[in-house]
Parts: sequence; structure tokens; C-alpha cells
Amino acid sequence: MDCRLSGTGLTLAYDQRVVATGLNVTIPDESFTVIIGPNACGKSTLLRALARMLKPKSGAVHLDGDVITSLPSKEVARRLGLLPQSSIVPDGITVADLVARGRYPHQKLMRQWSKADEAAVSEAMRATDVAELADRIVDELSGGQRQRVWLAMALAQETPILLLDEPTTFLDISHQIEVLDLCADLHEQGRTMVAVLHDLNQACRYATHLIVMRGGAIVAEGDPTEIVTSELVREVFELRCEIIQDPQSGTPLIVPEARRRVPASS
Amino acid sequence: MNVRVGPWSVRLAPRALLVSVILVAIGFAVTVAALSTGEFTVPVPDIISAIFGQGPPVAELIVGKLRAPRVVTGLLVGAAFGLSGAIFQSLTRNPLGSPDFIGFTAGASTGGILAVVAGGSAMTIAGGALAGCVVTAVLVYALAYRGGVQGYRLVLVGIGANALLLAVNSYLLTRANINDAANAGAWLTGSLSGRGWDHAVPVALALLVLLPLCAFIARPMRMMEMGDDAAKAMGIKVEAVRAVAVTAGVLLAGVATAAAGPVVFVALAAPQLARRLTRSPGVTLASSALMGAVLLTAADLAAQRVLAPTQLPVGVLTAAIGGTYLVLLLRKDRH
Repeated sequence: MDCRLSGTGLTLAYDQRVVATGLNVTIPDESFTVIIGPNACGKSTLLRALARMLKPKSGAVHLDGDVITSLPSKEVARRLGLLPQSSIVPDGITVADLVARGRYPHQKLMRQWSKADEAAVSEAMRATDVAELADRIVDELSGGQRQRVWLAMALAQETPILLLDEPTTFLDISHQIEVLDLCADLHEQGRTMVAVLHDLNQACRYATHLIVMRGGAIVAEGDPTEIVTSELVREVFELRCEIIQDPQSGTPLIVPEARRRVPASS
Repeated sequence: MNVRVGPWSVRLAPRALLVSVILVAIGFAVTVAALSTGEFTVPVPDIISAIFGQGPPVAELIVGKLRAPRVVTGLLVGAAFGLSGAIFQSLTRNPLGSPDFIGFTAGASTGGILAVVAGGSAMTIAGGALAGCVVTAVLVYALAYRGGVQGYRLVLVGIGANALLLAVNSYLLTRANINDAANAGAWLTGSLSGRGWDHAVPVALALLVLLPLCAFIARPMRMMEMGDDAAKAMGIKVEAVRAVAVTAGVLLAGVATAAAGPVVFVALAAPQLARRLTRSPGVTLASSALMGAVLLTAADLAAQRVLAPTQLPVGVLTAAIGGTYLVLLLRKDRH
């Protein structure tokens, strides 16, 4: 299996608090990989390490065969993009200006705006359906629109690999689906997508490769239809459940055990 | 607006450009007025010949020795305060992150007062101020450090340090003898009166070195306003940029305070005024520097002329003018 992005023997820690030890992970090329697990299992930490936001205490993340921290930072930014969990919207910035900031890794002090920049920005706005919002102030948009704008910024970066840290948090259900559908489209166009998600059902539906974590370790990984079982869910999330087939997508659907039932109508 | 010449291209915001041009024009007008008017009026043509050393001797003395150093010091100190304020407001993502709020200017004052009390020369006082600023900045930065410095921590620690240092300054004044206290008090309000070329030159040198540096880090700093992760994801070496920016900001605030005393409000108001006039997202370094220069020289001109022959220290006027204008602009704000 080819893989441009991988981590070997990763020990991840914030200051002295160790989150994970001895993690080995590979992101299959052109997959839509979803990392999932209960709160504080280290899933966002792993993503941050893959995106070189967090330097591993030991072990290394490799990108195209090189240790990621040994590559020039701007060079990495042309191959690997990240949508952080929360970014700050600069006061009074317009949608077009924010999306244009995604071109930074392709620019220099004396080459700030090429035709390629312009093309990438309009393509990113078209793909995320924010073109008609171009002149609007980002602060004044709805949460779902704003997330699409951030995605457009990451797209304008034109990286073959895109990492997303909980891209659906703080969105209502329709906007969650909208963002995930968009991610699926981007994946189909040939990008490698890696996302941390909270919702197991959404993970099963969208992921082509699922990484399940618990307590800083990878418990299972692979195609969700093959690895997601009620035993796995009970082991990882401490939840009793039944797995049925999602009537829409055919992927596993987790139905938690109910403590009471509505009386059957006669 | 994009300007492309061959392989080079620069992005310019038309409104920011227009505001900059207007600020330069106002700065020029204020400079001419400051050189020309006063107790002894020097006609504008005489100013030009005086600068080139061919005017009437009296004009040469007044323009060359008295008024020109003062107005040039004002322009440079204003620009340095404006730039320093813009740097720290951008780094902390907070208008209250200005050097005059997070203790740097107060630390410079402490150094200055100690030098005054020790009976130091103008040069020693300037040195004391610069040293006080740098020492305070290092301490505040170290106290706020927790595996990196977060904006709000820097602001909170800085506000604490500011309160402490103001108390120290008051204490030093009560312990000093009456003459020293009066001298230190005058210096503490911030003043451009009696400034000569020896005050202007250090600020000019600092700007000469630090302006190109600021031009270099302006774009990464703008990206860092979106958060450290977002900036790192774009390939920016956040800690390196921040170290350069902090160094430049501290030195600018230090040399400016050394030259003119702790002039309040320019560092806070100039970036905010510039941002609102240019309507650009985030803090802009260039227009903040221009705004600082205009604000300080205009305030100094008013301080000399409004209640003439009574001369006010410029610090009184910067607060009055800058504050009024900022309140007016804030009232018009959409947010």
C-alpha cells in the first residue's frame, strides 16, 4: 500500500502529559481517512502531529519519505494542508480576502499575486459554493457558511493531502452533512483527506479508511464495513449497541441499546 | 488591486494606499506649519533656503537648530510608537496589547526616573529608559511564557507589571529631592520640547534597521492573527516570526521613550485609527507608523500653539486628540 504520509513510533505529549506512546500510523493515498474515538483518546493530538503542529517526543512523521520536520515549512505547506479546530476570523475581512490567504505558501515577498493564485482562489470558492459570498464580511456569515469559507481557504492552498480537525463541531446537522459531502467530493477528485470526527455513524458513512483510537492507542483500522462491530463499539466507547446497515449508504449504522421502548400501538 | 511587473507582483489595497498618501500629505503640512509658525514666523521660501544653509541667519538658527530637530524627532518617535503598538496589538490580537498598557513604557519610565535621580545627562536618561523597557519586556515575556506565549497571558501579565511599575515610579518620585522630582515629572508626561539632533539620530537609526525587518515580517504576522495553527499550516515559522516581532517592537518602544519620554496613547491609538481608516482586516504596520508620526507631530504643534505662550507637554495633547478621535470612530463602528 502506497502512502505519502505516515507516523512511526510516535510518542505524543503536551509538556509532561503523555497522550500516546509507540503509535504507528499510515494514511493510505487517496483515501478518506477518519480518525475516531472517545473524548481524550488522542485523536486530535495524532492529527496535529501528522500536520507537524506538535513535535513528537520520539518517533517521526514522514511525508514522501522525508521526516516532515526536516523539510522546509513552506514546502510542506504546498503538499499538506490543515483546517485547524478553531481559527480566528480577522476583523472585517471579506470572504475573497480570507480565501486568498490560502495562497501564502505559493507566494513570495515580491511575487504576491500570480495568475495561478487567482485561478486557485476562484476554483476553491466555486468548489465550496461560496463564490457569491465573495464580498461579504466573514464575521457576518452563518456557522455553516463560515466553515465552507475556511475549507475554501485550505483548498486554495492546493495541497494533495488535506487534514481536518473536527470540521463539523459547532455545526447543526444539515451543515454537518453539507461539509462532509463537500469533503467526499474533494476526496473523489483525488485528494487524500484525513478528518477527526465525533459521530461514529458519519465516520462509517464517509470514511474509506477508519482509524479507531482509545487511550492513546489505535484499536482498529481499516474499511468501516469490515471493522465496525458491536464488540468494537462496546470496547472503545463502552456503549452497548446493535449494528445495522445504513439504509441510505449501506455502511454500518450504530444503534445504541434503548432503556425503554415506546409501547407498541395496537 | 494587483501590480504586476514582469515576474513580480504586489498586492495593494487601494483604500490603504489612499489613506497612506493622505497621511503623508498631512504629515508634510504639519511639518511645514511647525517649521514656519511660532513666535517668530519664518516664511515658507526662507525655510527651504534655511535648510540648505543659504537663508537669513535668524531663520537658519530657528529652523535648523530649534524647530527642525523637534519636528523630525516628533515624526520619528511617532512612527516608532505607532509601529511598536501595531506589532504588539497584532501579536496579542488585542488593542490592549500596546506597549503603553503592558508595562513596557512604564518600565522605560522607571529606568528614566532612576537616571534622572542619579543626576544623569540626557544621554544617560535615554539609556536608562531603553534599558528599563528591555528589562521589563524580558520579565513580562518570561512570566507569561508557558511553552510559548499566548496573547491574553501577555496582556494580563503586562497589565499587572504596568500597575506595579507605575507604583514604583510614584514611590521613586516621592523619595527624590524636589528638583529631581520636578525634572522627572516633566520627562514623564512625554515632551518634545528642547529636542535636538542627538535625540532624533538614535530613533532614525533604529527605524532604518527595523523598518525593513518589519516589512519582511508584516505578511506572516497578518497570517498569525488567524491563530498559530492556521499560520503554521501555511508554512510560517510562528515562533521565529514572533521573536523577531517582539524584539523589533520592544526596541522601537524603547528608543521612542528614550527620545521623548513615555508619550501616552500614540501606540494604542495609531494602529486602531489606521485600521479603521484603511478598513483593512487586522493591524497594518505601514499605515500605523504613518498615523503615529502624524498624530504625534500634530499634537506637538497644537501643544505649542493652542495656549501660546503657555507650552503644554505633548503627552497631554496626544491623549486628548487621539482619544477624542478614537471615540468618534468607535461610535461609527458597525460592531
